[in-house]
Amino acid sequence: MMLLAPLGQLGRAVLGALAAAGRISIFAWGAFSHMLRPPFYPRELLVALLNIGWLSLPVVGLTAVFTGGALALQIYAGGARFNAEAVVPQIVAIGMVRELGPVLVGLMIAARVTSSIAAEIATMKVTEQIDALVTLSTHPMKYLVAPRVAAALITVPVLVGIGDIIGVAGGYVVATENLGFNPAAYLKNTVDFLEWRDIVSSLVKGCAFGGIAAIMGCYYGMESGRGAQGVGRATKSSVEAAAVLILAANFVLTGVFFSL
Amino acid sequence: MIRMENVHKSFGDNRVLQGMSLEIPKGTSMVIIGGSGTGKSVALKSVLGLIQPDEGRILVDGKPAGSGDRDAFLARFGMLFQGGALFDSLPVWQNVAFRLLRGALKRPPAEAREIAIEKLRRVGLKADVADRLPAELSGGMQKRVGLARAIAAEPEIIFFDEPTTGLDPIMSGVINDLIREIVVEMGATAMTITHDMSSVRAIADNVAMLHDGVIQWTGPVADMDASGDPYLDQFIHGRAEGPIEAVR
Repeated sequence: MMLLAPLGQLGRAVLGALAAAGRISIFAWGAFSHMLRPPFYPRELLVALLNIGWLSLPVVGLTAVFTGGALALQIYAGGARFNAEAVVPQIVAIGMVRELGPVLVGLMIAARVTSSIAAEIATMKVTEQIDALVTLSTHPMKYLVAPRVAAALITVPVLVGIGDIIGVAGGYVVATENLGFNPAAYLKNTVDFLEWRDIVSSLVKGCAFGGIAAIMGCYYGMESGRGAQGVGRATKSSVEAAAVLILAANFVLTGVFFSL
Repeated sequence: MIRMENVHKSFGDNRVLQGMSLEIPKGTSMVIIGGSGTGKSVALKSVLGLIQPDEGRILVDGKPAGSGDRDAFLARFGMLFQGGALFDSLPVWQNVAFRLLRGALKRPPAEAREIAIEKLRRVGLKADVADRLPAELSGGMQKRVGLARAIAAEPEIIFFDEPTTGLDPIMSGVINDLIREIVVEMGATAMTITHDMSSVRAIADNVAMLHDGVIQWTGPVADMDASGDPYLDQFIHGRAEGPIEAVR
């Protein structure tokens, strides 16, 4: 019996993980279905668009510009080992657009937006505001979840697009100011090298990561336990889950686009 | 009329309601008393459908609670939550007029604001409170705003969850008097849960004592002091000795 105990624990952990995946899938399905059925709450959507999109611009911009600059330096230093310094514009462009732009924006959104959504909704649950919504004939999924998920699906691809541009610009500034690249040639190489499917894959990833970030925030907020500890745990779990799922989804989507 | 028949509800191993039965005639004010953690809030939330009972029936005017159109069912209720449960992100008037700004009872914003200000006045708050955020108000003012929200759509049934918790005795008295006046004025059916005996005497037509998941005693408030029920006697006199264990 003692020998079987670890097996039992493993089984329980797997069953627990599968049950959690099932609950999150049902929750996500509910969120999408409520997004498409009236009543709609345009004011809530507008507030969510501003919070998730507009107010995330500074952090996304700063993350992208520093990453683009660092990437240019790294590629120049690495490329110098086999006389390939000239590929800096191409690698910065493809690295930012296909990989670093969407992933870093996704992770920044997970840190900034997922945590904020989870803490806000969890606090509303703890202070009975969600019960109050129900007694006021308002469905919490429609009023709280659907606008936030819709706003993330709309704004995160836009943020990824902006992050891509700023990241490439960061590489451009470092390459032309520090590494001696010709500005016009750098831009031409960047534009010539990028393909439409690079940009499409970036924006699709942004959409997926936005959905993941918002759904994780809403799910853990709605499932929060009692008190300050419950709010803290919901916030922490939401960010952990969103970050891991964003990286896993990135791997899957990269594989899908790679095979096309 | 609200009727609860043999209602059971457990949370894991914790059996909160163990066959609670209670009847609240239309247009009367019932106050449910009992110690902390005896299931008073669970009973109230079960009637609203916020918690699903494991067993038993809850009927509102002869129909199972929550059956049929859920929005129409909930539109008959108003509720004052223990902590107010005001929406932090909305100004006071939008909290009060929440139901009037959306859904089946939707009115133009100007009219909804007018009604909200009138309800705020009814609970003793000035119109200048309307544009403040809930966080800018004191606990007593938040309770009054919660009360204004509960009555904004003129519901037939109003629930009050610990209406005086956290308030000083004077503010408690003000809230109790307001609740009594409003319930009488509107002819509403009221269900209040509290362990504040001054609230009981001010608000109740009838009283029910909940202990060990069942109603131990129920009757008119006038009979409460001479009930002879040992549970009720211990509770209303606040004695440590008696059938209710002081340490639970």
